[in-house]
Amino acid sequence: MSGYLLITLALAALVMTFVGSARARATQNGASEKTHSRPIYHGLNAAIWTGVPAFIFFLLWLVGQSSVINQLVIASFPGSESLDATAKSLILSEVRQVAAGNIFKEPTPEIQAAVAHLKSLQQLSSVAIIAVVAAAMAIGAFLGYRVIGNRFRARHSVERSVTYFMMFSSLVAIVTTLGIISSLVFEAIQFFSKVPVTEFLFGLRWEPQIAIRADQVAGQGAFGVIPVLFGTFVISGIAMIVAVPTGILSAIYLTEYSDKRFRAVVKPLLEILAGVPTVVYGFFAVLTVAPAVRSLGLSLGIDASPNSALAAGAVMGVMIIPFISSLSDDALASVPRAMREGSYALGATKGETIRKVLLPAALPGIVGGVLLALSRAVGETMIVVMAAGLIAKMTVNPFDAVTTVTVQIVTLLIGDSEFDNPKTLAAFALGLILFIVTLILNLIALRTVRKYREKY
Amino acid sequence: MNIMSEAAVEKALEQKMSDAHFKMVGKDVSVYYGEKRALFDVNLNVRKNTVTALIGPSGCGKSTFLRTLNRMNDTIEGCRVTGSITLDNADVYDQSVDVVELRARVGMVFQKPNPFPKSIYENIAYGPRIHGLARSKADFDEVVENSLQKAGLFNEVKDRLHEPGTGLSGGQQQRLCIARAIAVGPEVILMDEPCSALDPIATAKVEELIHELRTNFTIVIVTHSMQQAARVSQRTAMFHLGNLVEENDTDKMFTNPDDQRTQDYIMGRFG
Ligand SMILES: Nc1ncnc2c1ncn2[C@@H]1O[C@H](COP(=O)(O)OP(=O)(O)OP(=O)(O)O)[C@@H](O)[C@H]1O
Ligand SMILES: [Mg+2]
Repeated sequence: MSGYLLITLALAALVMTFVGSARARATQNGASEKTHSRPIYHGLNAAIWTGVPAFIFFLLWLVGQSSVINQLVIASFPGSESLDATAKSLILSEVRQVAAGNIFKEPTPEIQAAVAHLKSLQQLSSVAIIAVVAAAMAIGAFLGYRVIGNRFRARHSVERSVTYFMMFSSLVAIVTTLGIISSLVFEAIQFFSKVPVTEFLFGLRWEPQIAIRADQVAGQGAFGVIPVLFGTFVISGIAMIVAVPTGILSAIYLTEYSDKRFRAVVKPLLEILAGVPTVVYGFFAVLTVAPAVRSLGLSLGIDASPNSALAAGAVMGVMIIPFISSLSDDALASVPRAMREGSYALGATKGETIRKVLLPAALPGIVGGVLLALSRAVGETMIVVMAAGLIAKMTVNPFDAVTTVTVQIVTLLIGDSEFDNPKTLAAFALGLILFIVTLILNLIALRTVRKYREKY
Repeated sequence: MNIMSEAAVEKALEQKMSDAHFKMVGKDVSVYYGEKRALFDVNLNVRKNTVTALIGPSGCGKSTFLRTLNRMNDTIEGCRVTGSITLDNADVYDQSVDVVELRARVGMVFQKPNPFPKSIYENIAYGPRIHGLARSKADFDEVVENSLQKAGLFNEVKDRLHEPGTGLSGGQQQRLCIARAIAVGPEVILMDEPCSALDPIATAKVEELIHELRTNFTIVIVTHSMQQAARVSQRTAMFHLGNLVEENDTDKMFTNPDDQRTQDYIMGRFG
């Protein structure tokens, strides 16, 4: 039904484009005064007036209708005043299931009454929206048609609408981000009502194995985030140790030393690396790198665990090389030739020119790449789930197993668990921490770049 | 033992004197960009403590010749130079020549001012630093001040030595680039249209500077402005389509040139 409504709306707008421009052309022919806008703008303006307000009504209805209907159904449900939120949502979902025809057991008379109520409300709501959209369309078309005239500034009007549309588009991303943050914060606050913030932030033990159901036997559980964060930093650190030198050096080689043919082959290959699914890297880490690291550790006389920070970190490092190399490459290549020549003309060697002129000039781009890579590393999940460990340990021994924030989020949310249990809620608190950490990293990097930027 | 006539000895001596006069000597210099030939057997001598101007219509190979003198063409892929170029009678294209050392002796200033994105101080200290010409902070301070003095820029920038060189005006930037070249202590300075991005006042300052620099350096300057060539140079060389047409005293060149093409170009009849 909504589909037909939208198609009608689009068609009406299209028709109004033609009708509007035809009328504008007619009025402009034989007009004595100079006309302001070309006919097509009058047509577009009429189309916008016809389509946009109706479409906005439709969107509002789409977003709001189901919660309004829910409210009404629950309000008329006998004894609903005494029910808590969970019970209400249970009843509602049962009503909706029954209404959709999925019946598992014979519904009670109250439920049946509610179903009937729901159905009538839904019917009413769809009739209402058709009426509202049709009215908006008709009024818009009428006004848009009537306003056409030689002096009407249709071009300005259309351009203003386009501006609003662009503004709206840019707001979408911001609003979505705000929504994500607020949902994270909301769940995290629930978590902090069960586990004190200080314990979470400064606790040195992470053992979230608490009883999920009342009949299970388990330990008390400890929710100290430090070891988990520590593990994240160890693995990201290893990844950066692998990726930063490799990425920057390969960028320098590609822009300054390699011949064109080599560059033409290697650069796309490097960029393909960025497109390999992380699961594939995970396999590589588990099946190839981890055993190799283990035997290396054993041959060095170090007791290496099968899942090591080194294996996961190294593979993750390989994964993020393209971010660094590709952005550094762009940054280096965009340093003007005049800078190089100026340096060579003073008798600088290639190496000196690269170190003293090109790298400082390209620094913002390079730092940007490194930072992008770092936030990828901190947020990377698949490789560490597969190749790092599950036990939160405060260790800097790269042969030991460590766990990361993302791994913990995954393990906390896997399996059947209730959403009001500290174990599950802890995942959101971890998510919030991850978000804050990457935010801070970004801010630091932005400031560094601004401070040391060498503008050419 | 050979016994030379009086006259022959005289002639040889004169030859020697004039050789000593020539700072750089180009013999049969040809340059190819890949398949394309840009210079045809150019023979041009650059005299010591003299400003030599290279003139000619666009694309005639002035920059190309200039860049052979300090081997800047080496940085261009596919560029090949034949013939010989000597600096104080030593071939600059010889295998044994260190191009880094050569460029320290033959500095260059470009058409567009290209200060490094560093402070004024660091721009000038760059050359001395890579060549190890100064060690202590005091040494560097001295080099920086001296070079800026010689480039006539010191008074304008002495309070902002640690601000970015890119923040100066175009004319100041160009003088900064000249100071930067001077700081390495070169013997020859090559300038490729150093004033083409500058306004008349900044141009006048740079021209004045070139005039003064002549006492300490040998200068080769490419210019499109006949007036500039006449004002700053003592010798002028005219290029056309990759050939050296004429090389003469500047005064003679602008009053009574030997070659018809020079005459035409100077009169603005082509180019
Ligand atoms: N890097 C290069 N690759 C290929 N050809 C080049 C290159 N540089 C110059 N040339 C060619 O060599 C010829 C001489 O160029 P050059 O730059 O020396 O001229 P110019 O006299 O300096 O001209 P202008 O006064 O415009 O600067 C031109 O035909 C030019 O197209
Ligand atoms: Mg040129």
